[in-house]
Amino acid sequence: MKRDDFIIRFAGEGGQGMVTSADGLAQAASMAGFHVQTFSTFPSQILGGPTWTQTRISTSPVRSSGDQIDVLVCFNREAYDTHKDEVASDGVIIYNLGDFQLDGDGKSFGIPFEELAKSTGNARAENMVVIGAFAHLVNMPQEFLDEFVTKRFTRGRAGDEEIIRSNIEAMLLGRSHAAASGFALAEMSPPVKPEYPQILIKGNEAVSAGALAAGINFYVGYPISPATPILIFMERNLAGEGNFAYQASSEIEAINAVIGAGYSGKKAMTATSGPGLSLMSEAVGMSWMTEIPYVLVNVQRGGPATGLPTKTEQSDFQVALHPAHGDSAIPVIAPGTVEECFYATVAAFNWAERYQGPVIMLSEQMLAERAQNIPRPDVSKILVEDREVYTGDNGYLRYEAREISPMPIPGGPGPYIANASEHDPFGDTTHLPERHVHMMERRFSKLKLLEDGYYESRNNDSPVAVMPWGGSKGPTEEAFEILEGYGLNVAWYYTMYLHPLPAKLLEELLQKDLVIVPELNFQGQFSSYLRSLGVKAESIVQYTGLPFNVSNLASKLEERLGAGARGMVNV
Amino acid sequence: MSKKNPEYDFKWCPGCGDFGVRRALEMAMQQWNVKTEMPIEQNVVVAGIGCSGNLVHLLEGQQPYGFHGIHGRSLPLAMGVKMGNPDLNVVVVAGDGDFLSIGAEHIGPQAARNLNVCAVIMDNGVYGLTKGQSSPTTVEGTVTSSTPYGKLEAQISPLHLYMTLGVSFVASSFSAKVRDMASLILQGMEHPGFAIVHVQSPCTTYNNTYDVLKGDPAKGVAPVIYDVPDDHDTADRSAALSIVDAPGLPLGLIYQDPNSKPLDQRVADATVNARARRAEDVFDSLMI
Repeated sequence: MKRDDFIIRFAGEGGQGMVTSADGLAQAASMAGFHVQTFSTFPSQILGGPTWTQTRISTSPVRSSGDQIDVLVCFNREAYDTHKDEVASDGVIIYNLGDFQLDGDGKSFGIPFEELAKSTGNARAENMVVIGAFAHLVNMPQEFLDEFVTKRFTRGRAGDEEIIRSNIEAMLLGRSHAAASGFALAEMSPPVKPEYPQILIKGNEAVSAGALAAGINFYVGYPISPATPILIFMERNLAGEGNFAYQASSEIEAINAVIGAGYSGKKAMTATSGPGLSLMSEAVGMSWMTEIPYVLVNVQRGGPATGLPTKTEQSDFQVALHPAHGDSAIPVIAPGTVEECFYATVAAFNWAERYQGPVIMLSEQMLAERAQNIPRPDVSKILVEDREVYTGDNGYLRYEAREISPMPIPGGPGPYIANASEHDPFGDTTHLPERHVHMMERRFSKLKLLEDGYYESRNNDSPVAVMPWGGSKGPTEEAFEILEGYGLNVAWYYTMYLHPLPAKLLEELLQKDLVIVPELNFQGQFSSYLRSLGVKAESIVQYTGLPFNVSNLASKLEERLGAGARGMVNV
Repeated sequence: MSKKNPEYDFKWCPGCGDFGVRRALEMAMQQWNVKTEMPIEQNVVVAGIGCSGNLVHLLEGQQPYGFHGIHGRSLPLAMGVKMGNPDLNVVVVAGDGDFLSIGAEHIGPQAARNLNVCAVIMDNGVYGLTKGQSSPTTVEGTVTSSTPYGKLEAQISPLHLYMTLGVSFVASSFSAKVRDMASLILQGMEHPGFAIVHVQSPCTTYNNTYDVLKGDPAKGVAPVIYDVPDDHDTADRSAALSIVDAPGLPLGLIYQDPNSKPLDQRVADATVNARARRAEDVFDSLMI
């Protein structure tokens, strides 16, 4: 029987090419027409330390990094000991014969990665040996791989041909060694190449492209894992007349510069991760107070404090909602997939411009560094919003209205003072109670402009619902479909617009007897927020630094929903 | 817009040096507008927190744009305003507490980048708005509300600090010398790079240094301030450093880098051949 879905994990020491292997296989498979998704997790250091990456290949769109491993590639003994128990019962382990030997556990075979690569004249082709071996195990045609190698290494340089030849030879050697081992997995179903144009992109790249599509022209950031690739992208690509991208000396400098640029009329953005968000908090409060539009991307990692810089967690929701002291509630948008990273960033800019204030885009490590094939977004169909700029005479009272009002831009008419202190309609400091009431109500009234966000719903007649947020969307959707397969009567809700929630979604949620929120944090931060809005919500939490495992999550959901929800006899 | 706004209730104490700084800044801004033929809307005053920061609300002439930000962050805010629109005339107003204590970390990076803004620093050697605590420029040993045994820290030298951080325009002034100060501020606005005009602006309530600065022959107090000698070469970095390290407090232009190239110009030059990539270009390069 042919199989539709395979998961291969590469495990070893940082610097051994784990990421290159997973990315390379994803590229090759996506070019052949498969759907792919990669996942990587590593320690916060340049070289060394236990690292693993994973590629999932499927004939249909991939929503999670997958549970059980079909093929485990071990670059060293430690990797074998750590990961062997996660290999499926019919899975296969390939280990590096150059590093260690096994007596034979019935599912492993060794290949001398390094020796074979060197024999081709290209010592760096170890990854290709491994990819070749995998290709044999799943019976993936060699022409897919030849096409990938040729495309990847045709760079218009002398020596391209030799590199292509040696890489292909390395793959063939990997194939023949795997064949000699006698091991094989089921044959892979042929890919169904999508008819629409596709790109292979990582979450951080999708965020950056979204910012470009939304019309960004100012970026200042500070390096921090896992958000640094956005800074590097902007430094390289946001150049030329009218654009500015720069590395600041701290997150405090970055956020204040971005707010200054938003005030100057720019579409500005910064990206950071947890510790940086903490440092930015006071300034975010200032921008809420002064009503300056910009986007703050927070790529969540494990916390608190320095926490787990290279692991994934969804533990910054509450701090994104309330980063600063005093009464404020910052709009929060969180993408759930790599594709949504693009659209969520566009939406974040549109929100910022529409309500004239800061918007926090809450990404996650597992999305940021995941490569995935997605339909190429049609940029011509993207709706881009711009703030309403004041064009009247001087003498304007910028904050007089009790709701949103046009924003003056320095250089143009209507000088006013953007004031972090409570202020009167012009922007001068005031302590009068009626002014504080006026301004407080003005600031909160603007959130109403953001309640029309899109949301997904399925089976919404059921009194119980599952509602993930952010990167837990994929695993939860797969778990939800398992429950549907059992005949469980349960509703599905999902939105990237977390605050404010789409008004209609909140209406629906308020009708439910129970809304279960799978989320990656200890306290159940999002369900706590839903409860504060009156929704009967509770969480299924995980705080391992890793994404949900689909089958575990499905059992937990089933356990909570109970046999009663099954509509069938529990035997 | 204090005069027009009875609701705004902040006041400087009688005799506060900041009155003189306000006057000088307004004169300089007016002259800049005339010389450049720019309207008042082209000016942005970015203020920190403290008595000094309130200057942005107390301007009496034509109303420029203003940003009264959070404590210590006037420089990074000004960086965003200026780099967002390099045609603006961006002025920072801050005090010794705001600029040299909580905000000190921002001076070095902006000096290295040579951000093209003019910072007017009102130094009164005390935290006035919070009622008299010691600041980095308070004299060592001074008893204040937060230093009941006398200040235990050394007094810093702001002019020395600016010079060693590489600020490309450093001037020193005194709040009682409004005309001289206005001229220095205008020069700072016109300087292509990071300019600091550091002003002695005494606090008549908590740290009245008028007598110390000007001297009082009746009390036998010799003046601390003196004018920078005519033969001082303002383009000579080591001459500037020796002036700021000598006894007394020189008033006037201390240093101006004749080859100063501001950040906006550095960026424009470095990226002259760079092409902005659009989302479409990014997707083209990622096609499967």
